[in-house]
Amino acid sequence: MKQISPLFQREFLGYFRTPVAYVFLIIFLLASVGLAFFVGQLFKGNQATLEAYFTFHPWLFLFLIPAAGMRLWSEERRSGTIELLFTLPVTPLEAVLGKFLAAWAFLAAAILLSFPLALTVAWLGDPDWGIMASSYLGSILMAGAYLGVCSLMSALTKNQVVGFVLGLFANLVLVFLGWSVFNGALAAVFPQAIVDLLANFSHTTHFDAFTKGIIDPKDVMFFLSLAGFCLFLNVLALER
Amino acid sequence: MIEVRGLAKNYGLFRAVDDVSFSVQRGDILGFLGPNGAGKSTTMKMITGFLRPTAGTAVVDGHDVTRDPIEVKRRIGYLPESAPCYPEMTVAEFLGFIAEMRGFRAPVEKAARIRRVVELCHLDGVLGQSIETLSKGFKQRVGFAQALLHDPPVLVLDEPTDGLDPNQKNEVRAIIKQLATQKAVILSTHILEEVDALCTRIIVISRGKVVVDETPDAFRARRPGARLDEIFRELTRGDI
Repeated sequence: MKQISPLFQREFLGYFRTPVAYVFLIIFLLASVGLAFFVGQLFKGNQATLEAYFTFHPWLFLFLIPAAGMRLWSEERRSGTIELLFTLPVTPLEAVLGKFLAAWAFLAAAILLSFPLALTVAWLGDPDWGIMASSYLGSILMAGAYLGVCSLMSALTKNQVVGFVLGLFANLVLVFLGWSVFNGALAAVFPQAIVDLLANFSHTTHFDAFTKGIIDPKDVMFFLSLAGFCLFLNVLALER
Repeated sequence: MIEVRGLAKNYGLFRAVDDVSFSVQRGDILGFLGPNGAGKSTTMKMITGFLRPTAGTAVVDGHDVTRDPIEVKRRIGYLPESAPCYPEMTVAEFLGFIAEMRGFRAPVEKAARIRRVVELCHLDGVLGQSIETLSKGFKQRVGFAQALLHDPPVLVLDEPTDGLDPNQKNEVRAIIKQLATQKAVILSTHILEEVDALCTRIIVISRGKVVVDETPDAFRARRPGARLDEIFRELTRGDI
């Protein structure tokens, strides 16, 4: 496992060696904060919370996380560096974890860079810091789950566009299962028990509790095990 | 040093490598010849542990590549075809990454290892340059430096002089010759004069099978007075 550290460093710094990091961070912040202000009406709500910021994360992640995750493996395959990587003394599990953790840390940094928003709310009012912290935690955990799915999809193809589309679609399904509008449509066809069961596999269902200040181990486990399961399949996909 | 026993690789119904066996001793430079698509690269990828053989195995310095790939990878320096490297990294960053992956984490040792290969491959002038801006010859030398960094007992070089100008070719050959006295080297090539200039043994592979395994002198004696490429053509006629 000690091979993870150099892999992590190379991958994490790799974002900053290319325009990827700067373009991604700027677009991510513009989109997330823009949505909070203009769609979520952060100021008009007249409440000292960041609910208007976090509520869009499941939808925002849908597009931005596949964009960050699509390169993880397809890039290595296309450029042939995968041959270099896997003739170094490293196991597929170490390689998958090193790259995943680097991308996750990068996404966490993107999310945490919205901190001026939190400071603004604190300056204007008296926010509940517990809810704020649990929302950030939930958002970062959810990003990990999205990324796990995208890493797996990226390992299945050497074409980044295909990786992006597959990652987006798989995550879209996971969002829809818990989206109230979609659930309503499902409830018309299936018994409620089945709809509830399906909703349990959704990002949104598990994220909601975090934004209310509840850190339920079940929700934490959901995101971690979804990421873990995808990474396990990712390792299998890389075995030749 | 290297024992290849009955290696075979299927791609679907196509048998790319069929029951290839040979051995290489310390001090040997084995020239691996064959038309494109004959199975040279596939065989090398199986020896280095990048591809899993359909049947058979390779034993490197006492370690079986199918059972203990990590130990085999520790002992091999591998230059893949067209020397893939991470293009956004500078030469110094890239060699630093390789050094850490090869277990040289202590700053003094890491610097010493890098310095040695930088001198050997004449990379002093381009250390701070990103790899994507390098000429083909320099890229090849970076790939070479990467393979030599841990001073491995076994070198596997897939077309090490491909795309180089005549001066660079000579230089690479000189490096290989200089190193080979204490190592077992396998190199693949299309250039028959190279075999003459470098190799102590020739293996010709055609349609996945070994058709010749002998010394350059014995190879030439097959048809006294004929050019090497005429002998080669006769042996690999099945591929055309």
